[in-house]
Amino acid sequence: MTTPSLNPQDENLLRELAPQVLGSMMRRYSDFAAAEDAVQEALIAAAAQWPVEGVPNNPRGWLIHVAIRRMTDHLRAELARRRREAIVVMQDEQIAPAADSAMEADQDDTLILLFMCCHSALTRASAIALTLRAVGGLTTTEIASAFLVPEATMAQRISRAKQRIKSSGVPFSMPSEAERAERLSAVLHVLYLIFNEGYTSSEGPDLQRTDLSDEAIRLTRAVHHLLPDDTEVAGLLALMLLTDARRAARTGAEGELIPLAEQDRSKWNRRAIEEGVALLTEILPRGAVGPYQVQAAIAAVHDEAARVEDTDWPQILGLYGLLERMSANPMVTLNLAIARAMVHGPASGLELLATLEERLAGHHRLHAVRAHFLEMSGDLAGAIAEYRIAAGRTTSIPEQHYLLTRAARLTPYVLN
Amino acid sequence: MKYMLMMHAPRTGWEKGGIGTWPLEDIKAHIRFMKDFAGELAANGELVGAEGLASPEYAKVVRANKDGAPEVTDGPFPEAKEFLAGYWIVDCESTERAYEIAARASAAPGQSGVPINMAIEVREVMSAPPVEV
Repeated sequence: MTTPSLNPQDENLLRELAPQVLGSMMRRYSDFAAAEDAVQEALIAAAAQWPVEGVPNNPRGWLIHVAIRRMTDHLRAELARRRREAIVVMQDEQIAPAADSAMEADQDDTLILLFMCCHSALTRASAIALTLRAVGGLTTTEIASAFLVPEATMAQRISRAKQRIKSSGVPFSMPSEAERAERLSAVLHVLYLIFNEGYTSSEGPDLQRTDLSDEAIRLTRAVHHLLPDDTEVAGLLALMLLTDARRAARTGAEGELIPLAEQDRSKWNRRAIEEGVALLTEILPRGAVGPYQVQAAIAAVHDEAARVEDTDWPQILGLYGLLERMSANPMVTLNLAIARAMVHGPASGLELLATLEERLAGHHRLHAVRAHFLEMSGDLAGAIAEYRIAAGRTTSIPEQHYLLTRAARLTPYVLN
Repeated sequence: MKYMLMMHAPRTGWEKGGIGTWPLEDIKAHIRFMKDFAGELAANGELVGAEGLASPEYAKVVRANKDGAPEVTDGPFPEAKEFLAGYWIVDCESTERAYEIAARASAAPGQSGVPINMAIEVREVMSAPPVEV
């Protein structure tokens, strides 16, 4: 016997409503942890009842109603406990909350929640978990399976994060104008990490893994919808779409990594590329270009090349130069070196790599890129040695396989 | 990032100087520490798994023979002075945090509550996402 489950459309509806319902609860009760638990229970009840009884006429009201009931039970139990402990703090007004007097700003609530979940008081891992649960409406089980940790561990991580927010006294309100840019950039960073986690770990047979990339795209789309004028939000959404478009082509049948240059471009998702390019076309002329937009523009240049040899490397080189001026970090310089090698030849790339020796000492990426340059320049023995060093240092299994294969491919051409 | 923390214990055996020779209270304190420590890692949302391994006297080494059938011999490397006594797998924010956890484990109480300071080998689990190549 199979339990009826929600169809994808209703599931999306539920996920969309989750942060709104939580926002509405936060306006009634100040206890974030308890409100979040109540909403989660309401979502689980909906997932069980809706497939049988049908989606209610006012799904949002239904969820709020159920969540309030759970919250009331919780507060009653809490009150009884306190009475037992003889610390009688009357909070009856919380049990029968006043109906919403103010107009509820559902949309703002989603944003406020995101600001809260991505707060700097939390570690990265906690912010990610809390965002997926409170804003994304994923269950703890789903999040745990996505990060390959036991469910109890993830439950604790989420509950710790909620306590942390509670004790840091972050109010449930929109941050001030002055704070907003900084808080938004923390939100975008968390969304970017969620996307990357999903994108880079999606390999062939791993179908049960909750699709974090899709979730990140969905959440970023929601933020873009709320802040349509923010060009970095649009830039991040474009970057995700343009990167995700290549997903089906980046791993082979055995889950092995296929480098960009060797991907079957017919497998790229044209619709995602078109959407990403359209977003960029709209925002780039507005000026004030930020790092996400530049990275999206680089992804767009790759995606628009029908064949690898059509890639407009001079343009990519220019964009990496721009990115380096915006946010100098050795990884950007490493990519700049790749673009330089593609435009001016491997010697030029190697020259730039030499300047990274100190900052990226021992990092496997430095060796992997050097191996590619040596291979390009015909120094196969040197390339093999560097591929092997890189393979020994990466902590990613698919990447290690890729690097070892790369070295092994060259060995027949080298005389021992 | 996930790390495996491996606890290496001296191969002195249970009878000669191992935990088996400690006074009852010390053994109890050690066990309590290990339980609480695992509980604390779990409560932090950092514990992926932890196991203690049976005594090395029970260890066997298996190799496939020509037909692929198991060929079982005693003990791994009798000359080794230490053996793997147990491990934790933790999922934590940084390498520094993994070292911190390892140091806590290393300082588990021994006889008369004096920290054992056993060696904990810290190894990163290959779980990093691959970069775009």
